[in-house]
Amino acid sequence: MNETLTDPQPLSFEEALKKYEPVLGFEVHVELNTVSKMFSSAPNAFGDEPNSNVNEVDLGLPGTLPVVNGRAVESAIKLGLALNCSIAESCRFARKQYFYPDTPKNWQTSQYDEPIAYDGWLDVELDDGEIFRVEIERAHMEEDAGKLTHAGTSGRIQGADYSLVDYNRAGVPLIEIVTKPITGAGERAPEVARAYVSAIRDIVKALKISDARMERGNVRCDANVSLMPKGASRFGTRSETKNVNSLRAVEHAVTYEIRRHAGVLAAGGSIVQETRHWQETSRTTSPGRIKSDADDYRYFPEPDLVPIVTTEEWIETLRAELPEPPAERRRRLREAWGYSDAEFRDVVAAGLLDEIEQTVEQGASPAVARKWWMGELSRLANARETAPAELGVEPATIVELNQLIEDGKINDKIARQVLEYHLDGEGSPGQIVAQRGLEVVSDDGALTAAVEKAMAENPDVVEKVKGGKLKAIGALIGPVMKETKGQADAGKVRQIVLEKLGIEG
Amino acid sequence: MDPMIQLTAAQMAAKLRAGEITSVELTQAHLRRIEQVEPTINAFLHVNAEEALETAAGVDKIRAAGGAEAEKLHPLAGVPIAIKDLIVTKGQPTTAASKMLEGWMSPYDATVVEKIRAARLPILGKTNLDEFAMGSSTEHSAYGVTRNPWDTERIPGGSGGGSAAAVAAFEAPLALGTDTGGSIREPAAFTGTVGTKPTYGGVSRYGAIAMASSLDQIGPCARTVEDAALLHELIGGHDPKDSTSLPDPVPAFARAAAEHDVAGKKIGVIKQLSHGEGYQQGVLDAFHSSLESLKEAGAEIVEVDCPSFDYALGAYYLIMPSEASSNLARYDGVRYGKRVLPDDGPLTIERVMAATRAAGFGPEVKRRIVLGTYALSAGYYDAYYGSAQKIRTLIQRDFDRAFEQAEVLICPTAPTVPFKLGEKLDDPLKMYLNDIATIPANLAGIPGINVPGGLSEGLPVGIQFLAPAREDIRAYHAAGALEHLLGEKGEAIWQQIPELEEVH
Repeated sequence: MNETLTDPQPLSFEEALKKYEPVLGFEVHVELNTVSKMFSSAPNAFGDEPNSNVNEVDLGLPGTLPVVNGRAVESAIKLGLALNCSIAESCRFARKQYFYPDTPKNWQTSQYDEPIAYDGWLDVELDDGEIFRVEIERAHMEEDAGKLTHAGTSGRIQGADYSLVDYNRAGVPLIEIVTKPITGAGERAPEVARAYVSAIRDIVKALKISDARMERGNVRCDANVSLMPKGASRFGTRSETKNVNSLRAVEHAVTYEIRRHAGVLAAGGSIVQETRHWQETSRTTSPGRIKSDADDYRYFPEPDLVPIVTTEEWIETLRAELPEPPAERRRRLREAWGYSDAEFRDVVAAGLLDEIEQTVEQGASPAVARKWWMGELSRLANARETAPAELGVEPATIVELNQLIEDGKINDKIARQVLEYHLDGEGSPGQIVAQRGLEVVSDDGALTAAVEKAMAENPDVVEKVKGGKLKAIGALIGPVMKETKGQADAGKVRQIVLEKLGIEG
Repeated sequence: MDPMIQLTAAQMAAKLRAGEITSVELTQAHLRRIEQVEPTINAFLHVNAEEALETAAGVDKIRAAGGAEAEKLHPLAGVPIAIKDLIVTKGQPTTAASKMLEGWMSPYDATVVEKIRAARLPILGKTNLDEFAMGSSTEHSAYGVTRNPWDTERIPGGSGGGSAAAVAAFEAPLALGTDTGGSIREPAAFTGTVGTKPTYGGVSRYGAIAMASSLDQIGPCARTVEDAALLHELIGGHDPKDSTSLPDPVPAFARAAAEHDVAGKKIGVIKQLSHGEGYQQGVLDAFHSSLESLKEAGAEIVEVDCPSFDYALGAYYLIMPSEASSNLARYDGVRYGKRVLPDDGPLTIERVMAATRAAGFGPEVKRRIVLGTYALSAGYYDAYYGSAQKIRTLIQRDFDRAFEQAEVLICPTAPTVPFKLGEKLDDPLKMYLNDIATIPANLAGIPGINVPGGLSEGLPVGIQFLAPAREDIRAYHAAGALEHLLGEKGEAIWQQIPELEEVH
């Protein structure tokens, strides 16, 4: 294991790509959000008191038997369909055997030679809109292990003073998605890596089968990297970087491993087949366990469970429940809304597709919907240290607020205030405007007087407007607002000014 | 001996219903018997008199009050029972006769135990077995051997020697056993009692400590076919906690056992399991006289050929240890049961697990874990586990063909009468050969029952009936008929057991 300590200096990414062709592969584990666990009736919940969500089955007590969670199977079939996989007519669970204290039975119930879904593909979208196809080898069901906490300086089981184990997570349903080797990504390999994991996350979220929160480990990625000389066809030795659990980390880990492999190979060395640990602070990987093909898990079919048989009808029922694929949906919405690429990317990044779509569906224009969600609501969310989608503001509220503006009853500035009052629980925008008497002054008499006063006090501005600089009207709006305590309609002010000066608006 | 305990379970139940005896009296009589003979027999690992008497008093109270509650009582309510210590029980220890689980208390009841509690059968205690049910003599128990009440110098069979001996010695009228390769039937044969291995999936395995999941079945032990049938009816049926449990309703086994009519029925003698090396003449004599009785009663005896049975033992000794090596992996000292720290060196998790397993398991258990681990290893899987599964399919096909020719099959349950303590302990292969006639039923998932078929030099000989999967009722019917036919010629075998005090 120690030879990696003397790894030569990694090459720069550019140098590495000049010499070698990267080959990637991913194993992504998705934790399902089923009510109960994969094989027991204990709750599947995050963050509870350690060892509170366990029963005799989860602890592997003598005499216990597993029972398959039907919802988890349906989730796996849906995910398989979303990944364009074939669904097995019949498949089995198998025992993957190894001794480790986080695994109560000292085997993990998984699937081995008979996964529920196999031979699929996923088109992932890169930053510039280019589509890259990732072939899927298989998606199989399995159970999660418990969580170990090692006390002491090492932070690992080796050298720990003692270790604590929480079996709440033991038995939580997982789906493991395994890609075929990904070739041809070249210098875009790190980007493909990020886009792939991001696409998986979006899909499981859209399918509503997982909470898909990477920071909680709902989606976990093991990234395999190997290099082969340009033009070669035989893959090099791979490393497997375990538990790279953010999109940024996936990109960085792949970048680093490409550079590290290239450094070793260019110096005439050879890559050790091993697992690696991702180091977030240094953005490097460190050596883990030597992984050889001699790893023997003594797989055999789980005799306590009967095979899962899928019928055509069942599969078609589940297929009918599939939502629009996230990538297709994004393309459709971008086209329909007419946002620029940058605008659209910002909306996606802010996680506001659903909110804006609903706001548009309920009558607002795409531009107005974006303005509110990406503007004022994002600012308010920021101030309250939450996400705009989490503010609790309904799309209907935004539509109502916008209608008040369009009807000339309030202006933008008042609307922003109304929103704050709404968040403080004062009711719907209409109610707030009525109760607080915020309706704009649209009585022409009072407004015309205010405009005349402002024009009289600002003759230089009036001259500019007369000279064709219509933008200068803005300088009159301020004083009018002051006079009307902000309840003037800016459009109306502009109209009156133009009328007074006899200019065609 | 109190005559009350020499009745059958059905007779006890009738007397309880008639108010001639109380469950407390019946339970106390059994507890007294246990106290008297246990120093010799050692059938029980744990006796819980308090709990048994409490259940008994509850039944008596309901019966005394009469009315709807009394009417609703299960027919066997108040009849005591013993439970093999491989089946988990709340409130009583469950050890699997292993040091590994010494003092372990299960926080949950096995499904069969839930049913027994719901039916209000006083649970007398937990019976001895070969450690983790691995053996054919009960000599592999970590808590001492159980002796055969017919001859205390001999073994009672295994793994369920405790349950069979307790039933034969009138310590309990009923008991639960588990059967992976004959652990109910072979002890029944050796103790002159009745024992059934139900169709795989017929009785829930939830709470039976697993040896080989695809072979294990819980079943009844009793002195008569009717009693076994009644207990089978109580414990059988679908259990959502056991994915391999069958959805079938439980048939009326006891009624079938009482029919006794075999005229015109075809009974198949399995060619491979009715003569040859290892079969004692006394066993074959008893077998042939049983066949004569059946023939006289109008049954048609045909011979069936099951050529794959020659490979059954080999297949069994690959599949069983493979599954056992996996099922027993959980005993590592981390969560429950025994934990042993290494004598010296660092206290790593691997070393604690290794020290625990080295100290906690006995030699037969270790032998099977090593065998199974090897058979499942990469590169050997296809040759061993894979081939064994193919043999299993061939054996199933042999049975399918045989059941086209006969309604039930018949053979001696074991090739010999019970052997002497220690006789085969140092020769595992010889010990394994003892299960040659019982193993095929487990490999095929079909039901089998042992019924006493006579004596050879004063020791019981067992006859096995086999039926197709889900046709346990045929086995009860045939076994009930043979029991009746032999009973017509004299005392029932179980009644001929010598008084324990008279045994040397």
